[in-house]
Amino acid sequence: MQHDLSASPRRNIGKAELFLGFLKIGLLGFGGVAPWARHIIVEEKGWLTDKEFAEILGVGQVLPGPNVVNASVIIGNRFQGPVGVLLCLLGQMAMPVVIVIGLAMVYQRLASIPEVHAALIGAAAASAGMVLGTALKMIRNIRPTAVTLGIVGLGFASIALFRWPLVPVVVGLVVLAIAGTVLVRRS
Amino acid sequence: MNGVLVDLARTFAALSLVSIGGINALLPEIHRQVVAVHGWMTDTAFANAFAIANASPGPNVILVSLIGWEVAGLAGLLVATLAILIPSCTLAYFASHAIMRWSDRPAVVLLRDALVPVALGLMLASGVSMMRTVDRDIVTVVISLATAAFVYTTKRNPLWALASGAIVNVAALHLS
Repeated sequence: MQHDLSASPRRNIGKAELFLGFLKIGLLGFGGVAPWARHIIVEEKGWLTDKEFAEILGVGQVLPGPNVVNASVIIGNRFQGPVGVLLCLLGQMAMPVVIVIGLAMVYQRLASIPEVHAALIGAAAASAGMVLGTALKMIRNIRPTAVTLGIVGLGFASIALFRWPLVPVVVGLVVLAIAGTVLVRRS
Repeated sequence: MNGVLVDLARTFAALSLVSIGGINALLPEIHRQVVAVHGWMTDTAFANAFAIANASPGPNVILVSLIGWEVAGLAGLLVATLAILIPSCTLAYFASHAIMRWSDRPAVVLLRDALVPVALGLMLASGVSMMRTVDRDIVTVVISLATAAFVYTTKRNPLWALASGAIVNVAALHLS
């Protein structure tokens, strides 16, 4: 568990092991996959150190696309090349997709039962709160400057209040954010 | 049918490359495309799909798989899932080498710092947009806000809040 894997970037993780590991991550990943991915990859399997995992997840966050999906592309590639990438993606997605379709079919039969509908909506309302709370927590934890808060506020207002389309908003915000960050560095 | 599949592919492939901050940040735009632009689902059906995807384990990109399934069956599921994954995964595949190798370069550090508030602003907007989608009465608004407070102030497993939300909403049904 204590090996410095950055010194030996290709520890031998077999294809089946990789696939089964990510299958488990997908199956356990209630309410967000990232904490489970870390638990299994770092603590249970010891494939990566905590620091390596954090770095890879960080890169996954910078790139577009789901963070953990991006991280699994990087991890799969590292241990087994392009085949590893496919195994990690398939392992992670296979069971959740089957489960979600199964739930949707069950729900269709039971939708007329008021309790079932109420429970589903109650859980969804909580998920919405979870996203809101996580966003606020992350904003607090990065100790934002005025410029950072301005960008956050602008992004929030454009999408949530004015309901502008995402693509031009993201492009505009990225340009503004880079300019703002450069200005803060210079001053 | 083929027209729908092409539209699904085009819509989600385009969204894939702008989904900085993940699927949660993308949610308002997915809602806009699916309900308003293409009219694939009603507002209520979208809210249900969102709730079902959240009740399932796994990456929340499975919401897109479920939308594909509801719109065009198994073919729709495959097309939507591949469309949302392939562009961003391809980019991740090629970009990761460069970013990992040059992670200390000033330009990469700058980009990383600049993208953080963009992602957070989008995620915040997403939380509010999700509440608008799902919360139809005072009880659900309270559940959302209470969960937000729970997540903000504690490190406990959010699964507790999700379960409590379901129980509280069922209880409210019987009390009203």
